[in-house]
Amino acid sequence: MSKVNITIDGQQYQVPAGEKLLWAALDCGVYIPHLCANKDKERPDASCRLCFVEIEGFSNPVTSCTQEVFEGMVVRTRTPQVDRLVQTAFELLLSNHKLRCGKCPQNRQCELQKIARERKLKLKLTRLRPLLTEEKPVDDSTDVFIYDPNRCVLCGQCIWVDHKIVEVGAIGFINRGFKRKMGTFGDVPLAESRCTQCGECVKVCPVGALVFKEKTE
Amino acid sequence: MELLPGELEQIKAETAEILQQHGTERQELIPIIQEIQERLGYLPKPAMEQVARALDIPEVDVYSVATFYNQFRLNPPGKHQIKVCMGTACHMMGGHIVMDSFERRLEIKEGETTPDREFSLERVACVGCCALAPVVLVDEKVEAKVSPIRVDGILLTFEIEKSEQEKVEEKEQQEGGVEE
Repeated sequence: MSKVNITIDGQQYQVPAGEKLLWAALDCGVYIPHLCANKDKERPDASCRLCFVEIEGFSNPVTSCTQEVFEGMVVRTRTPQVDRLVQTAFELLLSNHKLRCGKCPQNRQCELQKIARERKLKLKLTRLRPLLTEEKPVDDSTDVFIYDPNRCVLCGQCIWVDHKIVEVGAIGFINRGFKRKMGTFGDVPLAESRCTQCGECVKVCPVGALVFKEKTE
Repeated sequence: MELLPGELEQIKAETAEILQQHGTERQELIPIIQEIQERLGYLPKPAMEQVARALDIPEVDVYSVATFYNQFRLNPPGKHQIKVCMGTACHMMGGHIVMDSFERRLEIKEGETTPDREFSLERVACVGCCALAPVVLVDEKVEAKVSPIRVDGILLTFEIEKSEQEKVEEKEQQEGGVEE
């Protein structure tokens, strides 16, 4: 496979041609925050808005999950503009996220905590008002795991696994706006749906929205 | 929502007919469900399952699209349609209080239909007469400056209308019986 030379934050790297910048950077050991990205997706969602970088010759920061690498690409992962965009996207995610990390079963394994640590962002709201005034009901109908929509970041990883890997087709995004959540056909509890309770979706959840029951006890 | 007797057959027949006129590519999904709603007045669950099977996609994907767009309704329209305005002016004048009163009185949530299919409750953005806020559209009639007391009044009018109609029908039946 042909390689191209790119520069990330002043360091030179050789990466496979045609790869998306996000994966190239991660393989080189450069961390770029990301939640919705999935290497096997044909078309990236680019919906979490966390993987912004600046590329020389581009007028605006771009999402690295959609940008292919090219020869002589010069990338900067930390500029005031990028940091500002990431900070805002992160705060918006937190604004309807149930934050009490100490009580969360994913504490210390959470992707949000990792992003906060890497980018020195606060895991609390300063600029924005919390949106999560009314908590949505938790679905604990299955024997194996629970789904807490209040901790969901709507990254869509669970839905992708459900549709493309295990091919069950039990879950999808339902509703719109603030009411949007992962749900089943007719919004019935997971145990009453087609869900086979294989638990594959739980394994890919980056936050504490889908967790195995044994972990919550 | 419980289906009426014979409704399931009608849903199946109509959906099958619509599906015949369309391809099975994914981009056909929205035109198909739009047509179903046009013919049946809403998107029944059996119809969505039928569409999912025809397009070979999970049912939840059809449900996902149907719940995303405001255009689609999942409950049948009631005999009387109540639309509570939630525009800026009506919101400020307590539109949500009116909505709450309807929800309590009819024992349904916004977007639902009463089990007897007598009333359906909806929220609308603006009906264009903000000076009369908060406004409720009952069928096509505009109710101005609605208060929770007026909500009771509106529903009482329908109740009286219904019982009177029943009386008339009873009378007609009795008279018809005499003639025979």
